[in-house]
Formats: sequence, C-alpha cells, structure tokens
Amino acid sequence: MLKQRLMSPLVLILILLCLTGVSYQLGRTRALSVAKKLGAVKTLHSRPVYYGVLTALWCGLPALFVFVAWQVCEPVIMTKLVVAQLPEEIRTLPENRLNLALNDIKNLVSGNIVSSEIKPEIEEAANLYKNLQATGNVALGVVILSLALIGAFFSRQRITHVLRARNHVENVFTFFLIACSTFAIFTTIGIVLSVLFEAIRFFKVIPISDFLFGLEWSPQMAIRSDQVGSSGAFGAIPVFAGTAMISGIAMFVAVPLGLMSAIYLSEYAGKSFRSVAKPLLEILAGIPTVVYGFFAALTVAPFIRNMGGTFGLDVSSESALAAGLVMGIMIIPFISSLSDDVINAVPQAMRDGALALGATKSETIKQVVIPAALPGIVGGVLLAASRAIGETMIVVMAAGLAANLTANPLQAVTTVTVQIVTLLVGDQEFDSPKTLVAFALGLVLFIVTLMLNIIALYVVRKYREQYE
Amino acid sequence: MNNTEPEQTDAAQPESPRTIDIVNKGLAKRYGREKRFKMYGFFAVAISLSFLALLFLTIFSNGYSAFYQTYVKLEVFFDPADIDVDDPANSNFPGLVKKTLRSEFPDVKKRKEKKKLYSLVSSGAAFQLQRMIEQQPELVGSTMTIEVPADDDVDMFMKGNISRDVPENERRISDRQLDWIDKWLKEGRIAKRFNTTFFTSGDSREPELAGILGALTGSIFTLALTLLLSFPVGVAAAMYLEEFAPRNRWIDLVEVNINNLAAVPSIVFGLLGLAVFINFFHLPRSAPLVGGLVLTLMTLPVIIIASRASLQSVPPSIREAALGVGASKVQTVLHHVLPLALPGMLTGTIIGIARALGETAPLLMIGMVAFIVDIPKGFTDPATALPVQIFLWADSPERGFVERTSAAIIVLLVLLVVINSLAVILRNRFERRW
Repeated sequence: MLKQRLMSPLVLILILLCLTGVSYQLGRTRALSVAKKLGAVKTLHSRPVYYGVLTALWCGLPALFVFVAWQVCEPVIMTKLVVAQLPEEIRTLPENRLNLALNDIKNLVSGNIVSSEIKPEIEEAANLYKNLQATGNVALGVVILSLALIGAFFSRQRITHVLRARNHVENVFTFFLIACSTFAIFTTIGIVLSVLFEAIRFFKVIPISDFLFGLEWSPQMAIRSDQVGSSGAFGAIPVFAGTAMISGIAMFVAVPLGLMSAIYLSEYAGKSFRSVAKPLLEILAGIPTVVYGFFAALTVAPFIRNMGGTFGLDVSSESALAAGLVMGIMIIPFISSLSDDVINAVPQAMRDGALALGATKSETIKQVVIPAALPGIVGGVLLAASRAIGETMIVVMAAGLAANLTANPLQAVTTVTVQIVTLLVGDQEFDSPKTLVAFALGLVLFIVTLMLNIIALYVVRKYREQYE
Repeated sequence: MNNTEPEQTDAAQPESPRTIDIVNKGLAKRYGREKRFKMYGFFAVAISLSFLALLFLTIFSNGYSAFYQTYVKLEVFFDPADIDVDDPANSNFPGLVKKTLRSEFPDVKKRKEKKKLYSLVSSGAAFQLQRMIEQQPELVGSTMTIEVPADDDVDMFMKGNISRDVPENERRISDRQLDWIDKWLKEGRIAKRFNTTFFTSGDSREPELAGILGALTGSIFTLALTLLLSFPVGVAAAMYLEEFAPRNRWIDLVEVNINNLAAVPSIVFGLLGLAVFINFFHLPRSAPLVGGLVLTLMTLPVIIIASRASLQSVPPSIREAALGVGASKVQTVLHHVLPLALPGMLTGTIIGIARALGETAPLLMIGMVAFIVDIPKGFTDPATALPVQIFLWADSPERGFVERTSAAIIVLLVLLVVINSLAVILRNRFERRW
C-alpha cells in the first residue's frame, strides 16, 4: 500500500518537478565553475541561466513524454492483459456483456459498489488488475526517475564554454510556441471529423436527400431503422424553416434597432451621452444567453400571448415571435458595435464634402456615410445572422419542440439547435439514427455558420483595406 | 446664401424658379425629415436600453425575495423512544417532526388534516434534526426551540405570492393551513430571515432546500481548468503568430481558422466534446474535466485574438532597441515585448473567462446537466455549472423555483460584473498609450 502511494502519478510528477529544479541549479553552477576556470563569465557562449534551463529541460522533458505516453496506453494494455487471464466463458461473451464484466472489475479495483454479487473469477481478475497496476506504477516510477537522472547527468557533462545553450533552449521554446499555435487547426479538424463521421453513419441509414428535403420531422418515433415510415420521420425541412423564421424575426428586430443606434451614437449623440449609452448597450452582449432564455419564457412569451389574446389571436405559449424577439435584443449590440466601428472608419472628408454641398446631416448619412460603410455593415449583419442561427439557450427555453412547417410566427416552431439539445441530452445509445441525426444537424449548422462567417470576414476585411 | 435680392428676380422670371427657391421650398420638409431621422436613432437607443432595464427589473423583482426564507420555530422534544443515538440515520426523525407539529395543534385529528399540517414545514426539517443529533448526541431527552425551514408554499404565502383573496380551491394553501400560519404569526414564531441554505447547499427537488453551492463549485472547477489551459496556450500561440511566424500560406490558414473558430456556435463545441472527449477518449461524463476542456477550446480563439492585438500595440521601437543591443529574438519578446503586452492579454483572458462562465449549451452536450445534490470535490466528480443550474431550475414548475432561478441569475450577473470590472480596472491601470 505504501509502495503504491509512493509511486502514484501525482507524487511522481512532484518528484520530477523537484529533480528538474535541482538539475537547473546543477547546470547553472556547472556553467559558472567552467567559466571560473577560464577566467570570466563572458567566456561562456550563453548566460549561465541558459545552461541551467537546458539541463532542466533534458531532465524533465523526456521523462514527461514517457509519463504521458504511459498514462494514455496503460489502461488499454492492462485491460488486454486482464481479459487474456479471464476464464473462457467470460472472454467469449458478446462485447457489451464483456464490457459490463470489465466495469465490475474496475469498480472492484477502485473500491466502488459493484452491480451484482462478486463472482470469484471477477474478484481474481480484479486482484490481478490491482497487482498489474501496482507493478506498472513501480515500473513507471523507476523508468521515469532514471530517465530524468540520466538526462540531467549527461546534459551536465556536456556543458562547456562553447555549448550553444541559448540556441538550444530557444529552439525548444519556439517549438512549444508553434505547437500551441496549431491548436486552432486541430480544433477545426476535430470538429469536422467528429461531426462528419457521425453524420456519415447517419446518412448510411437515412439517405441524405430524405434528410435535406423531407417535410416530416419526428425523430422520437423511429426506434428501429427498418421500421415502416422511419425514413419519413427525419425530414429536416420543418426544422430548417423554424430556424430561419426565428432568426429572421431576430434580425428584423436587431438590424433596424442596432443600425439606428449605431448611427445615432456615432453621428448625433454628444460625447457624454455616448460614453454612457455605448457601454450600456454592450452589457446586452455580455448577459449570458440562459438569462435571455429565462426572460423570454417568463416574461416575453406570456406577454405576447396575452397581447394576442386581447386582439383575439391564438398565440402559442412557445411562439416563434417571443424567442425571435428576445434573440433580436441579444443581437442588437453585435450589429450596433460593428456598425459603429465601420461608420467611424468612414473618412471625415466625405461627410464634410456632402455637408458643404448643403446636404442635411441625415441626407449625408443616408447618401454618403451608409453607402460607404455598407460592406462593413453587411459583414456585421452576416456575423449577427450566424450568431442567431447558432444560438441555443434562448430557443431551448422559449421555442417549441414540435416541428411545425408554418409561416405563422405566433405558432410554436423548433430549431436546429433545439433538436440537437433534445436529442442528445440524457442517456442514449449511440447507434440509433435518433442520436446520430443530431450530428447531421450539427454538420449543417457548422457548414452554414462557417459560410456566413467566411463571407462576412471577407467582406469586412476587403472593406477595411479600402480606407486604410 | 444668396438672398439679398430675391423679390426682383422672382418677379422678372415667374415661369422658371431659381434654384434657391426650390431649395427653400423643400427645406421645411427636409428639416422635418432630419428631425425624424434623429428621433428614430434616439428611439432605437432608448428602446434597446429599455429592454436592458426591463430585463434587469424582471430578474431583480423576481429574485430578490429568494435571499429571504421563511422559518418556523418549533418546540422539539428529542424523544429517546424515537431516536437511536448509535444509528441516527435509521431513526424516525420525520416522525419526530410530525409529533412536534401534532403537539402544537392537538385539535387536529383527521388524517387529511394531519397531512395538511405536516406539509407546513419542509421535509428538510427531519434532516436538520438528524444532523443535530449526529453532532450532539447528548441532546436526546431534552427540549429545544429549533428554527426549521417552512415548506415552499408557506414561504410563497409569506412573501405575498399566494393571496388570501383567491378562492380556496385555486390556492395552494387551504383555509385551515392559513389559520395555523396565522396562529404562528400571532405568536411570532414564523418569520423570514436571510436564506443561508441558498448559498450553502446543492440542488434539491424542494425549492426551500435548493442552493447554488454545488453549481458554483462546479463552475469554479471548470473555469479553473479553462484558465489554466487556455491562458498559457493562448498567449504562446499569439506570441508565435505575431512575433515569430513567417508570412506564408500556412500561417494565413491558421489565422483564418482562429477567426472562424471564434464565431462557431458554442453548441458545435459541445458536439465536439461529446464525440471526442466522451465517446472517443472515454473521459467521465458530467465532469468539470471535460467541461473545462470544451470551454478551453471555445475560449482560446478569444484569448489569441486579444493577445495578438495587445502585442501589436507594443511599438516596434522597443523591439528594435532590444535587438540593437544584441538580444536574441526570443529574449526580445520574453524580456521586453511580453511584459508590456501582458496587461492587455490578461484583460482579454478575463473577458474570455467571463464569457465561458455564462456558457450553457456545450455543457448540456457533455452531460453537465444532471440533477446533482452533492457538492463536487474534484475535476472528475459529476458536477453542473451555475448557468446550467439556472436552466434546470427554469424548467421546474414550482413558484419557489422561479424565485430561485432569478436569484441564481442575480448571483451569476454579479459575478460577471465583478470579473468584467476587474478587466476594466486592469486595463485602466496598466494600459499604455504609445
């Protein structure tokens, strides 16, 4: 037990850290003593610190790599070894039963409660697992610590006054920076692959044309893929239409309000008013969307319902109008601050020219400033639209679940994001079309928003170049 | 303007009016339009800000009352017959609470009425007594006055959310229960005081016992991991792209990628987390570990973009001076450029973290949406986050949860204000204009 605790990963890492610290000191003092023999510190190629860092790197990095590789591989190898030791009748179980047995073993090892009574062979396997783990931990500790010591020792031996320690350290540093900068690529690849693979699995069951052009959406109905009518239940048109309607309402609210706010703040408002109103507007962008969702469901939706009631209209309590309206409020600051930026970027000379010709301020704005700023504004609107399409919490809390194909904003419609959330929240098996369709929807969402973003960024960038 | 002699020329050529007259004729209309346009602009700002005001008003008017909770003082006799000192967990504490209530109102005899009487105090009262006995077993056999939380319906009545004037069958509190409450009120034994439960306990099915500590702890674990991972990686990436990277197609691709990632819907990051971290790497579901990783991926582009802007604002003369006295490129950046750019980078990071704090959708995808009573103790314990807790409570039909949802939102907004003010202070304090 004591041995096991001594070699636990955390302790190991701490020991490794200490060793690294010690080897830094070793390298530095060694460099200084080398320099002393030669007369002065300036005879060294690099400053003594770099020799220390280099020694520390040689001590820590190889050991760290082995440690990470071990942590990744260990469970897989362990499981293989344990399974090989299991009696024949358990080993030949179907995969999911075998996984259950393995879970039992792992739970036994970690001391958790096991689902059923403990069979002797399972207990035996658990003991084996424990032993293997203990041996493995000790082996890992020995390997890592010896690697660290060897690394530190050899790198200390190599220290001479001509060793280009700084260059070595800087190379490692640059390599680290490069690795960090590639994360964006990996994230994108990760998104594309994860969504694409699951979507392809879905399209193997349901043809892509049925998904993209089908008019009926009721994924909860299709339990088996061979069921009659299951393919008709995955037509995503009503979902797309609902998304378009809610985002459309949101843009209908946000574009005029946002644009006029931006114009007023940048062209008319006094300095003090602007300095108060602009940050206040931006607060709207900082409020978490779950708060907007609560606001929509608690206040706006009942209000619209009552308003409709007084006019004799039948308004659903999850109307598209309520969700769209609140989403519009959320988007106002995106449009206003982006438009504000581009309006301010229009050169003052153009305004002066129009004013000198006798145009009123509003005419100048409408006929000179806005046309000049239009590409930037369009870019901002596109970015806001992509935001609206991808917005989740407001619609999850305020829009409906049923996929109605309707053009009436007073009825309940559903959106892509709502469907993804409802299909994936909770425990579900990962092979049915019912869950895989969420990834297909995610793929569509990703592609659409990506296109909008690329177009918007292109337009904005092109416009910026014009005036700079 | 040329209006020194308008009368004469007008008389001379009545059929072809001068330009100035056309201008003057239309002037009133144009000024009207100007005025209206300006007004539209003002109204746009006013409407947007009034939405903001309405939002805050709704949340605060609904939520402030959750910080108070109704408690009832009960005269409890810890009957040794009911309590097994050695095994308090198996003692009949609910029975003890019921007995106490019966002794308060000896005239209640009918089964149905008794049930109504019992429902006046929260089911948490029994647990409270159990905890007391567990901590002080010597209390058995004594009589004490103990404050226990009232049921959420009573709480709502005390806060004025249930009116006496409503007919009895439409009210969640019966006339009989009102009489009992009135008696307590007269004796001063039922009162509202500060709701500590809300800040010290985890989730519960009972509004009066539900608190935000569990969700808050989950958020803290998640954000700690996010900060720990995203700040160093983000700063390093920005440093490479801004200071070291050659200008070529690959770097352009990386840059476009980062800009696009910043605008990818958050739910897509949730899908990524579900498919990669949970289904592929088999990391535990509902854990702050996965939540932190997903939020890291989401926050990184924000941090990188802010850090690059911050690096760009450091004037080239600093770099030239350092290079000029013989520093290497890495030394220049680490010793001179980075310290000057760091406040801006920190500001960007804080803003990114504030956004991550309010993020809900990706956490739903990775299962941080379960009903979790225990306070998480580590990165792999099942947990939820504050915004997810808000989402969960918003779904609950009880009136008491509406209040608590709003209160949780108030806490979230206060945290956001604090974090963002930190960013503003940092910026004002350290920002340098070159």
